[in-house]
Amino acid sequence: MKRFLIVDDSKVVRMVARRILEGLNFETAEAENGELALEACRSQMPDAVLLDWNMPVKSGIEFLRELRGWPNGAEPKIVFCTTENDLAHIQEAIGAGADEYIMKPFDSEILESKLTQIGLL
Amino acid sequence: MSPQDFDFIAQLLKQRSGLTIGPDKAYLLESRLNPVARKHGFNGLTDLIQGLRLRGDQTLTRDVVEAMTTNESFFFRDTKPFDQFKRLVLPHLLEKRAAKRSFRIWSAACSSGQEAYSLSMILKEFEAKLAGWRVEMIATDLSTEILDKAKEGVYSQFEVQRGLPVQLLVKHFAQEGDRWRIAPDIKRMVTFRTFNLLDDPAPLGQFDVVFLRNVLIYFDQPTKTKVLERVSRQMAPDGFLYLGGAETVLGISDKFQVFPGERGIYGLSAAAQPRMAATA
Repeated sequence: MKRFLIVDDSKVVRMVARRILEGLNFETAEAENGELALEACRSQMPDAVLLDWNMPVKSGIEFLRELRGWPNGAEPKIVFCTTENDLAHIQEAIGAGADEYIMKPFDSEILESKLTQIGLL
Repeated sequence: MSPQDFDFIAQLLKQRSGLTIGPDKAYLLESRLNPVARKHGFNGLTDLIQGLRLRGDQTLTRDVVEAMTTNESFFFRDTKPFDQFKRLVLPHLLEKRAAKRSFRIWSAACSSGQEAYSLSMILKEFEAKLAGWRVEMIATDLSTEILDKAKEGVYSQFEVQRGLPVQLLVKHFAQEGDRWRIAPDIKRMVTFRTFNLLDDPAPLGQFDVVFLRNVLIYFDQPTKTKVLERVSRQMAPDGFLYLGGAETVLGISDKFQVFPGERGIYGLSAAAQPRMAATA
């Protein structure tokens, strides 16, 4: 079973994402900011990360840049999931190594479609 | 709605679009036709149907048919057909059409254009190999309203997230607030035309690839057979027909045969074209 790390400071978003992902047969773990997400990756590298942009302590893009700098940091698929819906943010995310980008609001159909595109489903 | 009214609408839809609806879809009539009734100043569905019976109003009839036809579409729908197009169909055409350097694609029942534009984005990737080629893509639909949307090429945030990889969004779209406009070079590759699949497609010419996906499911068996027979006449002997994931030619038409190991793509059978043997 593939493991998904859900990183978002909103408990509600994490819960919604967890329900969808578990329904798609992923094992899930959660972190509420980029710093805690890095800790989670250090202890067990996930297969994929669903990543918010704006979070306290460490943002999603800071998390991504740091993770991709690790020797094994290229391994997980990174899917941004954020309200930052402008082209400049999307380009910045792709440049930093994001595999996909979901503009909120999202639903299970969009998430499933994105995961299919990057070979997770 | 009375059974007589339901039968009247069902018959009208069958005649005008080939769409077959059973009594279990009566709720769809209610939800989709009430807005049409309001638009034309009728006091509900019963009055609308009365109006259709008495007036023979073509605009009203067209609006009713368009409201009932399903217009769901998304970019790179089901992924696999587009992978097959890149991996199998395009290399075949590049080789077999090398002498005349041209081929034609038909996106039938194209709805709001996502299928045709997905193909355009793939063709764009092959730009260097296709330099000097004439590639024509015709996209047709019954609904003029949905074709207007397709021609405009502007999609909501929700639409561009269904099937479209983000890298292609960034590459081929411009953002306009919360909407996304397809790039002019991708748009130019498609010609949109109104066409009813119940009509003879001969005026559209011959095609090397036909995408007829997720439309036969709405037709009854004799209509499916008739549409497939007519499409077969418009196909190049070594042409490719794409159907939707839930569709097949088996038991419906002997004009096509499955490509071994390639689900969803069909070629002309010997029954359709004796000339196929010469080009196989």
